[in-house]
Amino acid sequence: MRMADMTLDGNAIGGLLREIFTMEVTNAEATCAGCGAVNAVGRVEVYVHAPGTVVRCPACRQVLMRIVRGGGRYWLDLTGTRTLELVET
Amino acid sequence: MTSRGPLLWTQAELVELVHETPRVASLLFNVPDWPGHLPGQHVDVRLTAEDGYQAERSYSIASPPEERWVALTVERLDDGEVSPYLVGELRVGDKLELRGPIGGHFVWRAGDDRPLLLVAGGSGVVPLMAMLRHRAAASHKTSARLLFSSRAFADIIYREELDRLAAARDGLTIFHTLTRDTPQGWTGFTRRIDAAMIQQVAWPKEQTPAVFVCGPTPFVEAAADLLVGVGYDPLWVKTERFGATGASGG
Repeated sequence: MRMADMTLDGNAIGGLLREIFTMEVTNAEATCAGCGAVNAVGRVEVYVHAPGTVVRCPACRQVLMRIVRGGGRYWLDLTGTRTLELVET
Repeated sequence: MTSRGPLLWTQAELVELVHETPRVASLLFNVPDWPGHLPGQHVDVRLTAEDGYQAERSYSIASPPEERWVALTVERLDDGEVSPYLVGELRVGDKLELRGPIGGHFVWRAGDDRPLLLVAGGSGVVPLMAMLRHRAAASHKTSARLLFSSRAFADIIYREELDRLAAARDGLTIFHTLTRDTPQGWTGFTRRIDAAMIQQVAWPKEQTPAVFVCGPTPFVEAAADLLVGVGYDPLWVKTERFGATGASGG
């Protein structure tokens, strides 16, 4: 199995993100801090086979987010995300 | 619907079980206080073992917002942790933990007037079926096409219902392709999706269609590349990847 075959997209972590944010996040637009590409979170690359969840920019593959859940805590690294624009519904 | 506030786990009761293919079943749940949903959204299902071990999986919603029960269509993966329980052990009257609806990107509303192109690989048809059922219930029906790739005739999920939807002649055309075994007299495609097939099935790019592609990751990426190859703007093409096995590890 190729590593690329295990790639998911942001839709797959809609539930996890709703544990952290009060609003739907898959239709939010994330700006990559590396290349400036703007993508809906539903469109970004997601890897869930590491101990945590790794989210990458589909344009330049830089890490946008890292999320680790465990021991009653959430650890969230958003260094790679310059902005996140959420939509009020 | 994308309600605000915490997304809570709730107890859903199985009210009906429909066998779709030898490996696939639809599970209809009564979910108390269900807030409604949009076609394309999914739910998370959580199972807890007696020793406290928990397994969570995401499953697309197959039912349209117009229906009373929330339907999930699940493919049994033999090495899966959750799907063999859902398809095989769960009985009508049993309860499980579920939360949702989830998702705001891979969703379609019947009010969207753009021609609709749906491309499904295997159980990737599930969220697209919610869209087609929603379209069938709508008063105004936009033109729609479904390209559905299955392994063999017996593996075609919702085959009879899809035949009925296409027979309504209300602007929906369905194209099947079978990648392994083909029955005698089969008139559909008989190969993996390729450029010639996409060329034949896809709306002309001038019509700026709304496109949804769902299935295993290699299928989705091949389809999305082919669609961009016929001149589609990547932003028209919304995708949902199941990973390598079918349903995020099943």
